[in-house]
Amino acid sequence: MLKINNLHASVDGKAILKGLDLEVGDGEVHAIMGPNGSGKSTLAQVLAGRDSFTVTDGNVDWDGTDLLALPAEERARAGLFLAFQYPVEIPGVSNAYFLKAAVNAIRRHRGLPEFDAMDFLARVKAEMKAVGMKEEFLYRSVNEGFSGGEKKRNEILQMALLEPKLAVLDETDSGLDIDALKIVADGVNRLRSPERSMIVITHYQRLLDYIVPDQVHVLSQGRIVRSGGRELALELEEHGYGWIDTAKGGERASGAPGARP
Amino acid sequence: MSAVDFWLGRHREIAAGLAGAKLPWLARVRDEAIGRFADEGWPTTRRENWRHTSLAFMEQQALSVRETVQPERILAALRARFDAATQTSAHLASATSGGSREPTETGTESRRSGGSREPQPSLLTDAPASPRPATQQTASAGHWLVFVDGHFAPALSAIGGLPGGAQIGSLADALKQTPEAVEAAFGDANDGEPPEALNAAFATDGAWIRLSRGVAVEQPIHLVFVGAAATDRHLRNLIVAEAGAQATIVEHYPASAAGTTLTTAATRILAAQDSHIVHLKLQEEAPEAIHLATIDAVQARGAVFASHSLSFGARLARNDIRTRLDGEGAEALLNGLYHADGRRHVDHHTRIDHAAPQGTSREFYRGLLDGSARGVFTGRILVAQDAQRTDAMQRCDNLLLSRLAEADARPELEIYADDVKCAHGATVGQIDDDALFYLRSRGLDATHARQVLTYAFAAEVLDRIAHAPLRALGRAALLERLPAEARLEELS
Repeated sequence: MLKINNLHASVDGKAILKGLDLEVGDGEVHAIMGPNGSGKSTLAQVLAGRDSFTVTDGNVDWDGTDLLALPAEERARAGLFLAFQYPVEIPGVSNAYFLKAAVNAIRRHRGLPEFDAMDFLARVKAEMKAVGMKEEFLYRSVNEGFSGGEKKRNEILQMALLEPKLAVLDETDSGLDIDALKIVADGVNRLRSPERSMIVITHYQRLLDYIVPDQVHVLSQGRIVRSGGRELALELEEHGYGWIDTAKGGERASGAPGARP
Repeated sequence: MSAVDFWLGRHREIAAGLAGAKLPWLARVRDEAIGRFADEGWPTTRRENWRHTSLAFMEQQALSVRETVQPERILAALRARFDAATQTSAHLASATSGGSREPTETGTESRRSGGSREPQPSLLTDAPASPRPATQQTASAGHWLVFVDGHFAPALSAIGGLPGGAQIGSLADALKQTPEAVEAAFGDANDGEPPEALNAAFATDGAWIRLSRGVAVEQPIHLVFVGAAATDRHLRNLIVAEAGAQATIVEHYPASAAGTTLTTAATRILAAQDSHIVHLKLQEEAPEAIHLATIDAVQARGAVFASHSLSFGARLARNDIRTRLDGEGAEALLNGLYHADGRRHVDHHTRIDHAAPQGTSREFYRGLLDGSARGVFTGRILVAQDAQRTDAMQRCDNLLLSRLAEADARPELEIYADDVKCAHGATVGQIDDDALFYLRSRGLDATHARQVLTYAFAAEVLDRIAHAPLRALGRAALLERLPAEARLEELS
């Protein structure tokens, strides 16, 4: 169970998250939607431990652990996974090395024996097949020269290999055509399990046709302003994000539809 | 002491007894060289080509050996490492055979976009056109010439079977046997910078490699320069490749005697028409050593020259690397990697002379600078008026691993022809935060992640070494420099 309580975060002195509350139970899939600039990616990065963001208030409890006290690598080892909105290219480091180093770092932490080269190859090839990646991507540098869709598949591949307890998918659908979107969604759906929670961050309702969430939250100006079932996403789709502000009953109703905070 | 007066005195004392002292031309070169050194002295930053590297301290610097070494041990370690590298590369070759993985080609090709007109596979992979050596090489394959304290050590050397027309031996012997041939290649007192003149005055030995027309020496020729007990050593290596000849030459400067020692080295390469010379230098001298070296090549029509300079050791290392594309359609690759930490200083001063049409040059240098080390790169490219359709590209990228480290990268292009393609770029930066976070978010700790990114940055240079065992050797040497509890070798 993940409990985010009154989370405030800023970057370069500029407040982005302004009192965000969220609870995600074991095995649940929560979607977070919101306009550009509402703080979606900041939430993802803060959860994953990016230190360019400063948490100024609030806390995050993850199964009794103070998540924010852990460095990024320890969060990953404890089972947190962030699928990046913009996966990073790392010239000179082969995907094979990267994946194996990551898997073994996490296996060590869990007290499991490290994979040797043969075991690892067998495992990674099976997962690559599942996400429709050719084997040559093992020997290319991490994400270097990958198309947008290939990068996102590589993220899903990593998620499958690392078997996280909590996966945060940051706009994994952005820039994907419908076929790529389906592959990514299939990858996510395959990994749904009672032990694994997911936070799916997206700008568009479309992804939620394929990944059906238990709950939908709307993020606006650094706070969750609406929560509901799947139908909330459809309402948003129909009315646009401007509707949120007016529907909230005036507090910030003057903002133009879709305006950045 | 190492003051100019000291060297003048030493010259007066020993010149008459040096190898080849009876050869009038050589005696003249030596006299003129010491005269020039006395006139010009140790270079200071006032001198144009030494803006970032001063040798003024040499005037007060005492040379001394604190701890001698046994050359046999140094050599054994070096050869064991090469054997391990050979095995690693054979293993990798078999593991990936049939796959699409070929880092050398893909790594470089992708950087060649931008409409290259003419096919030039030989340059960018630097592999001699002859069939590649079989992957199952015998241990310590190749030819090993060992020099101890500046003199050839036949008992430690092992020259394998050679094709007819290939001479590989010591310069001191060649001065006795074929002095005229040596004279033509020796160079004179006015070459290069003052340290090269000092070298001309005192060098009595080094490698003598002469390849007749069309001769290809398949296995690398290793030159190992060990300092056992001497405070200074001066080496001159002469490589004469006649038309169509091919060879791969490796200069090793392993960490030797501890103390403030001085090495001067001058390697001269005459590459005749369509010859193909690959030169790898691995400088790993002890942390207090002073290393001043020159590589000077002249390329005739269609000649291909690849220089790989890996500079990892010494308190101060200066490499002057020059090549002159003297004939039409010559190709040069100047590839280099330097690493310095502590208060060490490393300087590469390169110069590519495009003197004839349709030459191609590619220059790639990368630096890793830690502690309060300083790295200097100067890349001078001259395109003469006649050198139309020259295609030259230069890059120098530096990675600063600490706040106090410094890098200077200076391209200097002088172009007098009008139909040329010239590009250059230089960067100085730190480890990319995004990449670091990406790796950490996958469970790699910060130290491991930094090591991976540092190694990957440097390994791109090594990927251009086409000869797999030598590439593996370069990797092994690099890994020894990086504090790596992580298993980085799997990265290769």
